[in-house]
Amino acid sequence: MQVRPGQRLLDALLDAGRSVPSSCRVGACQTCLVRATSGAAPAPAQAGLKDTLRAEGYFLACVAEPEADLEITLSGAALLEVPAQIATVEIMGADVVRVVVRPDRAFAYRAGQFVTLVRADGLARAYSLASLPPAPGDRGTDALELHVRVLPSGRMSTWLAGPDAPGAHVRLRGPAGNCFYVAGNPTQPLVLAGTGTGLAPLWGILREALRAGHTGPIALWHGARVAAGLYLVDELTDLARRHPQLDYRRCVLDGAGVDGELSGRLDQRLLEHGPFAGHRVYLCGDPALVVELKQRLFLAGATLAEIHADPFFTATDGSRVGMGGSIT
Amino acid sequence: MSTLYEQLGGAAAIDKAVDIFYRKMLSDPRTSKYFQAVDMDRQAGKQKAFLTMVLGGPNHYTGRDMRAAHAPLVKLGLSDVHVDAVVEHLGSTLKELGATDAQIAQVAAVANSVRNDVLGR
Repeated sequence: MQVRPGQRLLDALLDAGRSVPSSCRVGACQTCLVRATSGAAPAPAQAGLKDTLRAEGYFLACVAEPEADLEITLSGAALLEVPAQIATVEIMGADVVRVVVRPDRAFAYRAGQFVTLVRADGLARAYSLASLPPAPGDRGTDALELHVRVLPSGRMSTWLAGPDAPGAHVRLRGPAGNCFYVAGNPTQPLVLAGTGTGLAPLWGILREALRAGHTGPIALWHGARVAAGLYLVDELTDLARRHPQLDYRRCVLDGAGVDGELSGRLDQRLLEHGPFAGHRVYLCGDPALVVELKQRLFLAGATLAEIHADPFFTATDGSRVGMGGSIT
Repeated sequence: MSTLYEQLGGAAAIDKAVDIFYRKMLSDPRTSKYFQAVDMDRQAGKQKAFLTMVLGGPNHYTGRDMRAAHAPLVKLGLSDVHVDAVVEHLGSTLKELGATDAQIAQVAAVANSVRNDVLGR
């Protein structure tokens, strides 16, 4: 198969009628993983993949522009998949469902990473993990928790919210992503900021930090367009009451500031609390906001190495978008 | 004779320098528009390579690489004004890291030596 100069491998494969699962189309979600069986995987298309995958020749088709001939397999990613079952799906907020998934075998991850959920028919989407993995030596639950926003045009999300999902057999790929707590600096100020279901990984990271004995100030910011878009409010309020180092701030764009919420844009409110030199920052959710906040927090003193950004791109089915998918 | 790269502390010093230098480039209205990249980590990587080069550290850039890399920006109006801004911010960054005026002048000379490649002249 020929790939034209400047053409992305994913597009060439789809044009040639090959079926390759994909979602974000910008190299973030890792759904379109393929493996080079002969020839070198294009290095820029390996960004974000963990070392073991890179060493085995895996790369992301949606950003790959091959410079030399390659032999690839499209089914390599299946070798990475763990069978699992959807246990329960419950409504959590206006349009957010909590999906509990039980892997058939042990699935190691760090709070805040993401997984790719693969349906029986091959439809695949990446979701951040909201659950806290069991502590070492703890025989706690190993069920995974995802927070999924149900979009009217969302093929996976509407299926998850529907009657066929509970009990369905699925496969999991991953975990992936660098948005997780790292112990070793327990007094460092942390900022955890997210919009919508960006709260999911932050909820995991926050509880991991507290479990690890983090004593430095932790500011958790959750933003939504309207108050109904907030969720886990009681749980977070309770956590903040029990841990004095935790500050929980809710920010609503179209809100009158009732019930303790701040009104206005999350980024503007957050930046009033600078400077951010020496802070570790986790940003999750709306891509435009995550990108904007990363830059502004950097300018306000945070170093790039300490800013962990996880933009939530929605799937694009056939249309081409640059960075910054749209979030409805 | 050690290079300025080694004298300032090698790779660790470059990491600190990139933070300072990148902030200056992003905050300067002359240059900020060329740095409105969505992928900041990738941008930082390029600046790391540039700083390594001008400080005499291990690098593999050729004049042709600098020329090709900046050609699209030249089409968007990249000019001496911007190269001057880079040299200026390079100097103030190095000053913050404790370099002497003589060392700064040395680095400016290296940066200026690629001016024509960068601007496609």
